[in-house]
Amino acid sequence: MSGPLKADEAGAVGKRGPELAVAGFLMLLAALVIIDSLRVGNGWADDGPQSGYFPFRLGLLLLAASGWVFASQLWRWRRDNGVFAERSQLALVVAMLVPMLVYVGLIYPLGIYLPSAVLIAYFMRRYGHYGWPICVPVAAGVPLAFYLVFERWFLVPLPKGPLERLLGL
Amino acid sequence: MDEITNLAHGFAVAATLPNLMFMLIGITLGVLIGVLPGLGGANGVAILLPLTFSMNPTSAIIMLSCIYWGALFGGAITSILFNIPGEPWSVATTFDGHPMAQQGRAAQALTAAFTSSFVGALFAVLLITFLAPLLARFALKFGPAEFFAVQLLTFCSFVGMSKEPPAKTIASMMLGFALAAVGMDSVTGQLRMTYGVSELLKGFDFLIAVIGLFGIGEILLTMEEGLSFKGQSAKISLRVVLQTWREMAQHWKTFLRSTAIGCWMGITPGGATPASFMSYGMARRFASDPNSFGKGNIQGVIAPETAAHAAGTSALLPMLTLGIPGSPTAAVLLGGLLIWGLQPGPMLFIEQRDFVWGLIASMYLGNIVGLIVVLTTVPFWAAILRIPFSVIAPIIIVICAIGAYTVHSAMFDVLMMMVFGVLGYLFKKLKYPLAPLVLALVLGDMAEASFRQAMLLSQGQLSIFWSNPLVGTIAGLALLLLSWPVLSAALSAARGRPARRVEDTP
Repeated sequence: MSGPLKADEAGAVGKRGPELAVAGFLMLLAALVIIDSLRVGNGWADDGPQSGYFPFRLGLLLLAASGWVFASQLWRWRRDNGVFAERSQLALVVAMLVPMLVYVGLIYPLGIYLPSAVLIAYFMRRYGHYGWPICVPVAAGVPLAFYLVFERWFLVPLPKGPLERLLGL
Repeated sequence: MDEITNLAHGFAVAATLPNLMFMLIGITLGVLIGVLPGLGGANGVAILLPLTFSMNPTSAIIMLSCIYWGALFGGAITSILFNIPGEPWSVATTFDGHPMAQQGRAAQALTAAFTSSFVGALFAVLLITFLAPLLARFALKFGPAEFFAVQLLTFCSFVGMSKEPPAKTIASMMLGFALAAVGMDSVTGQLRMTYGVSELLKGFDFLIAVIGLFGIGEILLTMEEGLSFKGQSAKISLRVVLQTWREMAQHWKTFLRSTAIGCWMGITPGGATPASFMSYGMARRFASDPNSFGKGNIQGVIAPETAAHAAGTSALLPMLTLGIPGSPTAAVLLGGLLIWGLQPGPMLFIEQRDFVWGLIASMYLGNIVGLIVVLTTVPFWAAILRIPFSVIAPIIIVICAIGAYTVHSAMFDVLMMMVFGVLGYLFKKLKYPLAPLVLALVLGDMAEASFRQAMLLSQGQLSIFWSNPLVGTIAGLALLLLSWPVLSAALSAARGRPARRVEDTP
C-alpha cells in the first residue's frame, strides 16, 4: 500500500507516533497485570500455584515483548519512519469513529432503535447525499426489521428507551 | 470401518428437514457476511452465536458452521467481481480472478472459485472423517502436561510461522492471555485485575473482542480506503459451468497441491490466509507459463480458493479432537461449544457421538448445498454489493452493536466493542497479528487450568514437560518453532546471505 515514503512529506502521518503509543499502552497494561498478580500472590501456596502465578509470567512476557517493540522503535528513530496513513485518510477514519462513539453513547439513554435510525440517516445524508424520501424509509425500516428478527422471531431482547416505552413495547 | 457406520449415523442426524433448513439459512447468511465488508467469518459467527443459545447444540453448530462455509464461498464473489477481497483469505483470488472478470470471463472465474472451494473442503472433510477419530483416540492418553504442551505448540507455531514481527506476535498473544485472566479465578475464587470495576467481574468475553477487532476495526480500515464499489456483473449459465469444469479437470495437479497445503496450514494454526498465498505462489512456480499469472489465469483462481477452503475446513480437526482451534472462526465455534455445555476434546467423540458425526456429515451436505446456492444466486449477491458503502456501513455498525449487546445483555460490552474496534484498527495498521490474541483469549482459561494441573502433579517442577517421550517431543517441537525466527536468520546468515523476509502483500 505505502512505499518507502518519508512521512514528513505529503501530508502523511508517520508510523513512529502510533507505534510508540500502542507499545506504550501495552507496557502499561503489562504493568497493571504484574502489579495485580503481585497483590494476589505470584508464588506457590499449600494447595498449588496462587492466582497470580500464571498471569504474573504472562505480564512479564507482555512487558518484554512490547518493551522490545518500543525500544527498537526508539533505536531506529531517525532511519525509519514509514507512513501510518495519509492525513485525509485519518480524517475519514475519525469522521467514522466520532458518530460511532456518539451512537454507542446514545444507546444508554435512548435504547438501540432510535440511535440506529439516526446513525443510518446521518451516514446516508452525509456520505451518500441521498434525499430525505430515500433516507427516511431506510433509516426507519432497518431498525424495524431488526426488531422483528430479534425480539419477535428469536425472542432476544434489545435495549429500549423512552420512545419504546411510550409505544408500549 | 467404524467411521463409515458412524458417518451414516451422522447423515441421519444432519439430513432431517429442520437441520437442512438451518443449513440453507446458514449458507445464505454466511455468503451475505462474506460479501459485506466488515463482516467476516469470525465476527459473523460471533454476532449470530447468541441467536442459537436456545437451539439444540447439533442444529446450532450445523447452522453456525454453514455460516462459516458460506463466508468462505462469499469472499470469492467480491474478489472476482469487484476486486475487493471480502475476506482476507480471498486476497490472492483477486490477482487472477478480477482480470478474468474484466476480460468478460467473470462466470468462468466464479465457477472455478466455487468449485475449487468445494473440492478443497471435500478433501478436508474426508481427512477429518478418517483422521479425527484416530487423533481423538490418541489424545485420550493425554494428561494435563500433554495438553498444555499441545497448547504451547499451538502458540509457539504462531510465533514461528507468522510473517509479522515475533515481538508483536508475542505481545498480541500475551494481551489475549492477560484479558482471559481478568475476572474471577475459577480455582481460588480470587478476583484478578478487576481494579474495583464491577463490570470486569465476569471478565472479557472473546465474542465482544472478535466483534470489535474484526468488525469495527475492519469498517475503520475500509473507510480509510474511501471505498467506492465498481464492479463487473455476472450471470452463470449451466453451459459455462460444464465448460469450466472440463477446463478445470486438466489442472488436477494444482488441486492436489493446493489441498495438501490447505490441510496442513489448517491443522497447524497457519490459517486460510497464508495457505491461499502459499498455494498461489506454488501454482505459479510450477506452472508452464508463470507469466500469464496475474493476467487472468484460471489456475490463479483455483489454487488460492482450494487452499483457503481446505484450510478453513481442516481447522476444525484440532478444534474437535484436541479443543484447540486452528483459526479465529474455529475459535469462535469452540466458544459456542463451551456455551452449549460441550467440552471439546477427545471425550467429545465418545460422549457426544450424535453431535460430532452430525457435524461432520453436515460438512459434506453443507458444502454441496453451498455450491448449489452460490452458483445459482450470484447476480443477487452482485446486486447487494452495488448498495453504496454509505448505506452498508451504518447498518454493519448497528449489527455489530446488537451482536455485542446480545451476548450478555450488557451495555458495557458495546462500549468494550468500540475499544476493541479501535485497537483492532491500530493493530492491523501496525502489523500486530489479531489471530493469536483471539486464540489466547479463548484458550486462556483452558491453558491456565492444564498448566496448573500439570504443576500440581509435579509440585512445581517444569521438568514434567520432559517427563515422558510424548510430552517431551511436543514441548521440544514447540520450543523449536518458537526459536524458528532466530534459527532461520542464523541459518541464512551462515550461508552468507542476508535474511530474507517474506514481503507483505497489501
